[in-house]
Parts: sequence; structure tokens; C-alpha cells
Amino acid sequence: MSNVLSGLSAWLVQRLSAIYLLLYTLLGLVWLINTPTISFPLWHALFAQPLVAIATAMFILALLMHIWVGVRDVILDYAGHFAALRLTLLALLGAWLIALGIWSAAILLEGVLS
Amino acid sequence: MINVMHEIKVAGQQINMPNPKRPVFLNLLQIRLPLMGWVSIAHRLTGVMLFLLLPLPLWLWQQSLNSVADFAQVGHWLEAWPLRLLLLLMLWWFLHHLFAGIRFLLLDMEIGASLKVARGSAIGLLLLDALLLVAGGWWWL
Repeated sequence: MSNVLSGLSAWLVQRLSAIYLLLYTLLGLVWLINTPTISFPLWHALFAQPLVAIATAMFILALLMHIWVGVRDVILDYAGHFAALRLTLLALLGAWLIALGIWSAAILLEGVLS
Repeated sequence: MINVMHEIKVAGQQINMPNPKRPVFLNLLQIRLPLMGWVSIAHRLTGVMLFLLLPLPLWLWQQSLNSVADFAQVGHWLEAWPLRLLLLLMLWWFLHHLFAGIRFLLLDMEIGASLKVARGSAIGLLLLDALLLVAGGWWWL
């Protein structure tokens, strides 16, 4: 478990995901500035566009990977000496992030299909 | 300050060993963190806080895409002070996390990594945090 995204690959994932999260956030900001009033149809249609839906799915994925590496670092720093506690916390974190991922996919699919 | 080494005699010879009874000095109030350290710990704290509160924006996003009525409801919630305050706090944490993160990326590339520049950017970032807090309070009132 503690080998999942560790060492150099974790370091790289943390930074690459950060850059993608930043780019998506900037694009979202540009959209917000250029949209005087946000109505439901406009908001709904935004996420129904295939490009936006894919970019948003990638944003969620990047965010979850970013969280995995970051919170894993915190857990290893403060609970690294206690193997059972460390494994429990990492397992809980992994399960929680997978749950958030499934939830986000459901939101996105509803937004696209409905 | 702390006597870590412990003198013992082995076969008539004086040697130094780590003192097994040495005090573990982790009084957080007495650890004096340099300003760069504050930026770093705040980066970590803001990241954890944003992680813990992530279900909130996710839920708001879900509600806003549900129906016209739910979208309007989210709009009303955003105008009510409890949620607005929480989201503004999250925005503040996010901005610190973002700028501190960019600073760390630059440090990785050895840009601004000298003590003088790194201390300057840390002070600048902490001042920006304070400025954003004041600006947020000003906008609120």
C-alpha cells in the first residue's frame, strides 16, 4: 500500500497534477469573468460539452491523485512509526478518495446525460 | 540545551553514547519556526483543511446540476452567511495553498532558493495572506 505512488513518481505526480489543477482553475476563472449571469441552462450545458466534461473528469482525477500524495505524506510524517495505524489511515484515505471519485463520476455522468 | 550525549565507561574507557533517557523536546509553543517554516506548515494545513471540506463543494456542484429549483436553492445558500463564510475561508486557504505551491515549484527549479530571496518570498506570501484576510473582511462589511 505504501508503495502506491511513492518516491520519485509521487513527487512528479504531485507537481504535474498541481499544474493541471492550476490550468483548469485559470480557465474556469476566465469563464466566470466572461459570464455576467450564470443561469441553470447555461451551467448545465457547460458540463454537458464533451471537452468540458473530459477536462473536468481529468481535474477530479488530478485532484484525487494530488490529495493522495499530499495526505499520504502527512500520514507518513505523523504516524509513520506505527505500522498498523499507518496502514489503517492509508487504507481509509484510499477508500475515501475512491468513493469521492465514484461520486464525482456520477455527478458528471448525470450532468452530461440528463 | 539538551544533553543528548551520555558519557559511559566501557572497559575503563570513557565513550559517548546517546542518552536513552534524553528528553524529547516537542513543546510546539517553544519551537521557533523560521518564516519559511510558517509558509510550509500553512501549505500543509490548508491542504488538509481543503481535503477535509472537499465533500461540501462537491455536494453543492451536484445540487447545482440537478434541476432549476436546486440550482436556485444553491444560489440562496451561497447568499446566506454561514456557507458564504465557509467558502470564503476555503478560498483563502486555497489561495495560500496555490501561491505557496507555486513558490515550492520555483524552489524545486532552484529559482529563488537562496536564503535571502526565499525569506523575502516567504514574508511576501505571509503579507499577501494577511492582505487577503483584510480585503475579505472589508468586502464582507
